[in-house]
Amino acid sequence: MRDHPLGQLTLARMREFYREPEAIFWVFGFPLVLAFALGIAFRNRGPGELRVAVVRGPGDSALAVALRGAPGLVVAVLDSSEARLQLRTGRVALGVTPGDPIAYRYDSTRTESRLARLEVDAAVQRARGRADPVVVRDERVTEPGARYIDFLIPGLLGMNLMGSGLWGVGFSVVQARTKKLLKRYMATPMRKSHYLLSFVLSRLVFLFLEIAALVGFGWWMFHVGVRGSVVALGFITMLGALSFAGLGMLVASRARTIEAVSGLMNLVMLPMWILSGTFFSYARFPDAMQPFVKALPLTALNDALRAVMIDGTALAQLGPPLAIVVAWGLASFAVALRIFRWR
Amino acid sequence: MSLSPPAIRCAQLVKRYADVIAVAGLDLAVETGECFGLLGPNGAGKTTTIEILEGLTVPDAGDVEVLGRRWTDGAQARVLRERLGIQLQETQLADKLTVEETIRLFRSFYRASHAVAEVLALVGLEEKRRAWVGKLSGGQKQRLAVACALVSRPDLLFLDEPTTGLDPQSRRQLWEVIGRFRAAGGTVLLTTHYMEEAERLCDRVAIMDHGKVIALGTPRALIASLGAEHVVEFALVDGAARAPQPEELATLPGVRAVRSGPDRVALTVAEVHRAVPALLALLERRGAELSLLATHHATLEDVFVALTGRQLRDA
Repeated sequence: MRDHPLGQLTLARMREFYREPEAIFWVFGFPLVLAFALGIAFRNRGPGELRVAVVRGPGDSALAVALRGAPGLVVAVLDSSEARLQLRTGRVALGVTPGDPIAYRYDSTRTESRLARLEVDAAVQRARGRADPVVVRDERVTEPGARYIDFLIPGLLGMNLMGSGLWGVGFSVVQARTKKLLKRYMATPMRKSHYLLSFVLSRLVFLFLEIAALVGFGWWMFHVGVRGSVVALGFITMLGALSFAGLGMLVASRARTIEAVSGLMNLVMLPMWILSGTFFSYARFPDAMQPFVKALPLTALNDALRAVMIDGTALAQLGPPLAIVVAWGLASFAVALRIFRWR
Repeated sequence: MSLSPPAIRCAQLVKRYADVIAVAGLDLAVETGECFGLLGPNGAGKTTTIEILEGLTVPDAGDVEVLGRRWTDGAQARVLRERLGIQLQETQLADKLTVEETIRLFRSFYRASHAVAEVLALVGLEEKRRAWVGKLSGGQKQRLAVACALVSRPDLLFLDEPTTGLDPQSRRQLWEVIGRFRAAGGTVLLTTHYMEEAERLCDRVAIMDHGKVIALGTPRALIASLGAEHVVEFALVDGAARAPQPEELATLPGVRAVRSGPDRVALTVAEVHRAVPALLALLERRGAELSLLATHHATLEDVFVALTGRQLRDA
């Protein structure tokens, strides 16, 4: 009876991975730590308090009383120099100088300051007798789906697929090359395609554990749900994993040393960590950059993951981003096969 | 020798690297069933030669035929791979796999193969079956490397410096493994820079230097070519001042050849019992004091030194 070489190669890949505790941590533990830390740091707090300074001078106490009556404002009466200092260092969002006219001093690029200006101005105007012509009613909601953690979990999933694909494949290939193991395999009748495919297959096996760990953690810790179909999510992550395994193969196709491949790996991953909307929306980048940003595999993957997890989009509507993901995978795999250094 | 075609035949093999010629026009023929040794110092071109024969390195010129097939033909090369067992000099097998897993992996590449237990018994690693490769000793790792080469039931086994860096006991264990393979009818090509190993294992050896074969034959015939079976070495306390001239030494009874090294003089001698008293008498007359006097049976090392004027190990 003979074992199938592809099966044996895949088993070897998997054993080498799960017998390496550090690899386990970086693939499974680290994303959870990151999700936990970021989820805690950026949790949605209650209505934030806005600190404003009233500059000492004639009329300051009346102004302070008027502002203290407004919900969400914390008011301090300060000397002019102190008020300026606190404003400059961000400890107060707005400085109010009493007089006629009343002067608002603030940095208009700070969201917090602009909010404070609105609140303060409304309080000031009301105190002077402004009546609101329309009656309004507030309906406050904090629904899962709109929070930062809901945005973050799919992004981390995408980033993890990229990281474990590139490291998992790239590192083992280069290690086998430096240890002359690749050359040893070349001295057997082993098929090259079996060797390369074994990486892809072992990635798929661990992939499901990766998703389960991160999505399960998000749900248990932060109630991050999956709006769309779980099957669609599985399918998208599979495409993502295959694509990044191909990219990992390409990165590792020529490198002779671990140092060289680590450098290449960072060169490939760093731009995507920043540009691809893992931690914050890539809509913040200028319009001129958008076509480039959207063409990156991680951007496309993150978009597709968010569409399924947050919006509940059906798989059929995700053709364009998934096409980008698949195209990257196929192209890198094809190039890697051509230029691969087998010894 | 035999009527069957040679297991390996190569002619006018040349391999150049950027600034060195590793193999400079090499001809070899290894008969089926023999153990053939490539002996030479580091950098002589042994590894390049064996890797060309293994089909891992493409020669710049020359013709190679292994088991009647050529590496240049893709289909033939694939068939050939099934019949060879190869151990490379620097391969480090995966540390985190067990001995058994490693052998099963290599076994899966071949159509015909030994069972895992069989090959473990061949190399004496039964007890290490479940041990991680990373936990094995140097000798055990080397036997595992040979096990991976033997697992395909090869007709022809290539071993590149199989015992370099091993302790004497591990070396002997590997020699036994090779001996068993030969007893079952296998052909072996090995490289080594240990002349003891070559004398012990090989039916024939080719001594290589600077990418060429400088001597070829059975170890016994090569040693006999020195014209005498013994080597007498001596050194003097005050160096060259009172040393006899080589011509003078050559006239001593039983001395066939004289070689002056940097720190000692070596005489190739047919009859030690006549040459040594004569040498001592000569030194006495000149008032020279010995700091070293040693005799040994001539070895392949002496053959190499006689041919190149350099020691094998630090050449």
